Amino acid sequence: MNALTVKNISVTYDKQPALEQVNFSVPQGSLTGIIGPNGAGKSTLIKAVLQLIPKSSGDVSVYENPLKQERNRIGYVPQRSEVDWDFPTNALDVVLMGRYGHIGMFKRTKKKDKRWAADCLAKVGMESFADRQISQLSGGQQQRVFLARALAQNADIYFMDEPFAGVDAATEKAMIKLLQEWKEEGKTVLVVHHDLQTVRSYFDHCLLLNKTPIAFGPTDRTFTYDNLQKAYGGALSILAQESSFLGKGG
Amino acid sequence: MTYGAWIILTGVLVGATCGITGALLVLRKMAMIADAISHTVLLGIVLAFLVTQSLNGLPMLIGAGAVGIVTAILVQRLDSSGVQSGAAIGVVFTSLFALGVVMLSFIGDGVHLDVEHALMGEIAYVPWDTLTYARIDLGPKAVWMLGGVFILNLTIILLFFKEFKLSTFDPQLAASLGIPILFLHYLLMGMVSFSTVASFDSVGAILVVAMLIVPGATAYLLTDHFGWMIALSAIIGALASIIGYVFAVWLDVSIAGSMAVSCGLLFTMAFFLSPKHGMVSKWWKRKSFRKSMATS
Repeated sequence: MNALTVKNISVTYDKQPALEQVNFSVPQGSLTGIIGPNGAGKSTLIKAVLQLIPKSSGDVSVYENPLKQERNRIGYVPQRSEVDWDFPTNALDVVLMGRYGHIGMFKRTKKKDKRWAADCLAKVGMESFADRQISQLSGGQQQRVFLARALAQNADIYFMDEPFAGVDAATEKAMIKLLQEWKEEGKTVLVVHHDLQTVRSYFDHCLLLNKTPIAFGPTDRTFTYDNLQKAYGGALSILAQESSFLGKGG
Repeated sequence: MTYGAWIILTGVLVGATCGITGALLVLRKMAMIADAISHTVLLGIVLAFLVTQSLNGLPMLIGAGAVGIVTAILVQRLDSSGVQSGAAIGVVFTSLFALGVVMLSFIGDGVHLDVEHALMGEIAYVPWDTLTYARIDLGPKAVWMLGGVFILNLTIILLFFKEFKLSTFDPQLAASLGIPILFLHYLLMGMVSFSTVASFDSVGAILVVAMLIVPGATAYLLTDHFGWMIALSAIIGALASIIGYVFAVWLDVSIAGSMAVSCGLLFTMAFFLSPKHGMVSKWWKRKSFRKSMATS
């Protein structure tokens, strides 16, 4: 079954097309990397899918239903830089925000929600930071708190916007392990990702994007030199010289 | 109640009402829009007067609420169509306020509404303008209006507590959960308009900005807890009003001015002396850190 079907999404910013005619379907239980150069519209795609920004056309269905009916099955981790880390709150409280969708409007958070949030914080190894003001956490710790919040959402399909940006190696390792566990539990995960070197080892599916999809499918078939060339153009040769991320064939 | 007690109660209600609303504005980095709304509501008040021919509470609230939200919408529109956001606020704020000033001249001399009053307010007159029902004196109108708006704003904040918190900290996640962030934005703009109108008689359009922003900014320095920040902001606003009144009586100066100055003094104290974010404690921490580095 497809967890997510995106049909003909187009987005325009200031009369400039940011995304054109994006079509793809993500099978349930897959871990997809969304790859493309800067300005390719990777974050825009996630935001348009989640209806956070207006799109000029297109349709999204989640488990074959309109997105609006399935909001509680969707988890979203925005870029860390998009929130105000000086906000007066602590780590546990941020994780608790992941429960708001389940608690519902006008209702207060209960003890069992707090316990749930504390468990999620423990799963990312941050239990001793529960009372810590969020501005006093390191970048990696903040990202772990975000991951714990995603856990607290207990969603079936996750959208993560550059979760590995600015985190330490240990955190990245712990995070990818958790994402792979989610996948094994049958959850579907889409990750905007920058580091081409780790694409093969992290993701089983790839969406190569540059305003319009270049390729979508299993990583073996899509993460090829030709496709990368199409997505990145001239910038690729510099990237390719620096590293051997394309594997033996590259 | 004595004359002084009514003034203190009015001031405390101004401080608390503006305090809880302003705390949200400070966290949302929207202090400037408060400045704009506090002025443009004059247009709402004048319109309400021209329609109803009275300075009654409810039509004034409705008029000001409507103009406040129009202000917020216009600023948003100009901003998203490419006008620089500071300029957008400046343009909307001055044009609507000026329109209010021009229309004010249609109103006859006999009415207790003029530009100076609108800008500065006069809390000293508040106790004489009382509400009577069946010939019973129920106390100053301003106290009733402020009390009503305080309860209204407090109820809204308590009802949407989670939603305000999340949509302020992380609007993207809030929107993805289906929380109506635009509705909350305009609801807050409505709350700002109501607070301003209710405080108009007492402190006027200019000083109400002090009551909206300074207590929130002070509370921000003193706590790391969202709920406490809102409560503390109200307490600081109320406290500043009391201190301001005492100073005004002692020095025989403007009461509203003295209240706003007290807000500034409390902020200055927090800025230097706050245990967590104050300059003194930061300096102390740096000093002891250097000491420990030197000895180790």
